Amino acid sequence: MADPRLEVIGRRLAGVKKIIAVSSGKGGVGKSMIATTLALALSRRGYRVGLLDLDFTSPATHVILGVEGLQPEEEKGIIPPVAHGLRYMSIVFYAVDEPAPLRGAAVSEAIIELMAITRWGELDYLVIDMPPGIGDATLDMIRLTPGISFLAVTTPSRVAFETVRKLLRLLRELEVPVVGVVENMVMNPSSRVRSQVEGIGIPYLGAIVFDPEVEEALGDVERLMGTRFAEAVGRIASELSQQIP
Amino acid sequence: MHEWALAEGVVSTATRIAEEQELKEITEITVRIGELQQIDREILEFALDQQRTPLMRNAKFTLESIPAKLRCRVCGEEWRFSPDDLGEEISEAIHFVPEMAHVYLKCPRCGSPDFEVVEGRGVWLASIKGVKDGG
Repeated sequence: MADPRLEVIGRRLAGVKKIIAVSSGKGGVGKSMIATTLALALSRRGYRVGLLDLDFTSPATHVILGVEGLQPEEEKGIIPPVAHGLRYMSIVFYAVDEPAPLRGAAVSEAIIELMAITRWGELDYLVIDMPPGIGDATLDMIRLTPGISFLAVTTPSRVAFETVRKLLRLLRELEVPVVGVVENMVMNPSSRVRSQVEGIGIPYLGAIVFDPEVEEALGDVERLMGTRFAEAVGRIASELSQQIP
Repeated sequence: MHEWALAEGVVSTATRIAEEQELKEITEITVRIGELQQIDREILEFALDQQRTPLMRNAKFTLESIPAKLRCRVCGEEWRFSPDDLGEEISEAIHFVPEMAHVYLKCPRCGSPDFEVVEGRGVWLASIKGVKDGG
């Protein structure tokens, strides 16, 4: 028996130039904030950008974007709706406000299903908000999407960085490209994370100072893009965009 | 037209297998459809027919329905999925992403959402028959 979905995933992504999976070892480091803001920042630089929320059990990008009343269009699969200029896909279109208690195998199935039916069209970037850790979603995306690259998010905390180090090691062993590491929620600037990241030969994309304004800007994209946080993410977007001609 | 995407996968998988097995013609493609996904057979048949390649121009598409059997991981209860009592929105959510069953369905005995789909989840290419090159 053959799973027909696996055959078409590559085709669904054929028009996407670069896939960036925003990932971390632990939760709570600001992945969703960075993924969403990075997607918006790239879009505002004139790129065609998609945002995929793959954190099925704890989706959050819709809260950051303030998405309401959108639904994918059905046309030989599904076409993600446009939210603030982004082609946007999230499990909340189907789970709405309900909790989605999914085991690993179910997460895998849902990822395969969504990747097989979502027609992204032509995009310069597809930014993916990954669930934390190196479990099913990470392994599936590496298996299913050749050409994927990762952006790892850490905080200055040794607890967070220790888990990111393992993520980076796994990616290196699997020869998956890493565009770099972002140090988020910095309160007391230090070069410790930077030197460790550079020590393992991975680009350090920058430190983002903890910005209390962000919480107030959730759901209000214009306000969000005016924060110091978004300014810092914008610099990272500019740096990353130099990698695409 | 989510069926269209699945049909595309079936056609493309059948083509790859036929190439691997050096078939010059595919005569029959059997597709197994799990009831959980509530695939519209007519639309799937239409989509398969529309996407036929020359390699399968005379192929017969056989669609087999597999009842969806669910088993609770907490109390062991087994039951059969029935879409009848679900509203349209819930039905559609499960249609697009069958794992949404864990969002909307509960074990009829103990109320847990922690159940497994023992069989009848998605769409599978069960077998293809054909004529070998030079045969």
